[in-house]
Amino acid sequence: MIRRALDLIGQYFILMRKVFVKPDKMKIFLKQVWSEMEKLGLTSIAIVAIISFFMGAVITLQTALNFTNPLLPKYYIGLVARDSILLEFSSTMVALILAGKVGSNIASEIGSMRITEQIDAMEIMGVNSANYLILPKVIASVLFNPFLTILSMFIGIFGGGFIVAVTQVIRPADFIQGIQIFFIPFYVTYGIVKMVVFSFIITTIPAFYGYYARGGSLDVGRSSTNSIVASSIFILLFNLILTQLMLI
Amino acid sequence: MIEVKNLCKSFGEKAVLDNISAKFLKGQTNLIIGQSGSGKTVLLKSIVGLLDITSGEIWYDTLRFDQLNFKEKKAVRRQIGMLFQGSALFDFATVEQNVMFPLEMFSEMNEAECRERANFCLKRVNILNSNDLFPSEISGGMQKRVAIARAIALNPKYLFCDEPNSGLDPRTSILIDNLIQEITEEYQMTTIINTHDMNSVMEIGSNIIFIYEGQKWWEGNKDEIIHADNKELNDFVFASQMARTLKKYVTK
Ligand SMILES: Nc1ncnc2c1ncn2[C@@H]1O[C@H](COP(=O)(O)OP(=O)(O)O)[C@@H](O)[C@H]1O
Ligand SMILES: [Mg+2]
Repeated sequence: MIRRALDLIGQYFILMRKVFVKPDKMKIFLKQVWSEMEKLGLTSIAIVAIISFFMGAVITLQTALNFTNPLLPKYYIGLVARDSILLEFSSTMVALILAGKVGSNIASEIGSMRITEQIDAMEIMGVNSANYLILPKVIASVLFNPFLTILSMFIGIFGGGFIVAVTQVIRPADFIQGIQIFFIPFYVTYGIVKMVVFSFIITTIPAFYGYYARGGSLDVGRSSTNSIVASSIFILLFNLILTQLMLI
Repeated sequence: MIEVKNLCKSFGEKAVLDNISAKFLKGQTNLIIGQSGSGKTVLLKSIVGLLDITSGEIWYDTLRFDQLNFKEKKAVRRQIGMLFQGSALFDFATVEQNVMFPLEMFSEMNEAECRERANFCLKRVNILNSNDLFPSEISGGMQKRVAIARAIALNPKYLFCDEPNSGLDPRTSILIDNLIQEITEEYQMTTIINTHDMNSVMEIGSNIIFIYEGQKWWEGNKDEIIHADNKELNDFVFASQMARTLKKYVTK
């Protein structure tokens, strides 16, 4: 069990050494990064926006409902909701969602290329297939996903404001004061840094599972599922590590 | 010419290839035949270096291939074209882009020149007016031909084909076989073909190696194979009623 885990980790780093080298042709590489941004990033905007809106609203409602201490000013509800969104939701939760969407896409795409010998075909031509197939996805996600985080922060807080306006759980003016008061800009940086790390995880781990897939289409499906489970665990693990490093 | 000497390959405990020595000559179609699971694909992938061999030697003309490092192997691979069992066309790219792929990666040609060369190769394999289709949109026979075009795009000295006929009807199979043979002679390539298709053996078997349980069991050409009296070979080659009847007529 432990041995197998160590083997996997070793294999992962061997693959990463093949991935992180200078691409054969820079022009082709840049074109690929561009198209991966479209494929992995742009297509995620809608789902991130929808989920952020609803979760922002729910976080605000829950905070308001659990806020029973009459001595604290009401604007604290806006403040707590804002910080929950900035600190955890827009990075960690969004990364978990992307792990499912982007991760399964990457693992199944690379996995099916493996079992249909397309990767062998590249290797025979002398192309570094790991570099050609994986690096553009990693770079595109690491560059683009922080924008999804920022988008999610805005829409999440907007969702909170929307629910306050509709339900009047607190006075909208209190909420607006709350989301502005005691604002710590570092929280945004922190969210973005986390997202950069998570983006690395949710591209490289599914790519790893896909790259070493073997067997038939069922096995590709299975390794895609496994890769999402593994990515999620590593997101949570690194969330803990980064919180410890950056906030405490 | 390609030569293997005493080649052995095992996966863990399981020996798949056992002490195989053979010569594959230039300008002719060299066939490796044998049952499914006899180790043909493993032999081919070992020769091109997709699999590491357990022991033995692999020679590309005067170059000992199995002892080269990764970079040196890469240089040899620029001279290799390979046709995979399932075509292995890139499904993210169109027919034309597939053939242009090795050219764009490895030649100094500009885009227009790459396109011209790609279209020349496509024309050579009789694929016309399908440039913008994706692999999933063309038939199996066409996929094979596009894969041949991609394999010869960089003018390789060595061509490897893993079961070029699998999944094709007999007529299309023969077309593909003849195409490979013509190209081999035209460009004086060293061509190695894996097959278990007896039509291919009779059509293009200039030099045939029969693999049985991981060993080289028999070697000869298509005229000799009819008269061969090796039991395992005959069981394999003349497996069908039709083939046995034919053998009776020919040898009488
Ligand atoms: N990567 C591998 N790991 C373990 N065994 C393998 C591997 N590849 C092939 N084999 C085994 O090698 C034997 C020969 O396979 P193969 O060369 O594909 O046969 P074929 O002659 O049909 O092409 C089979 O028994 C197969 O199970
Ligand atoms: Mg095979």
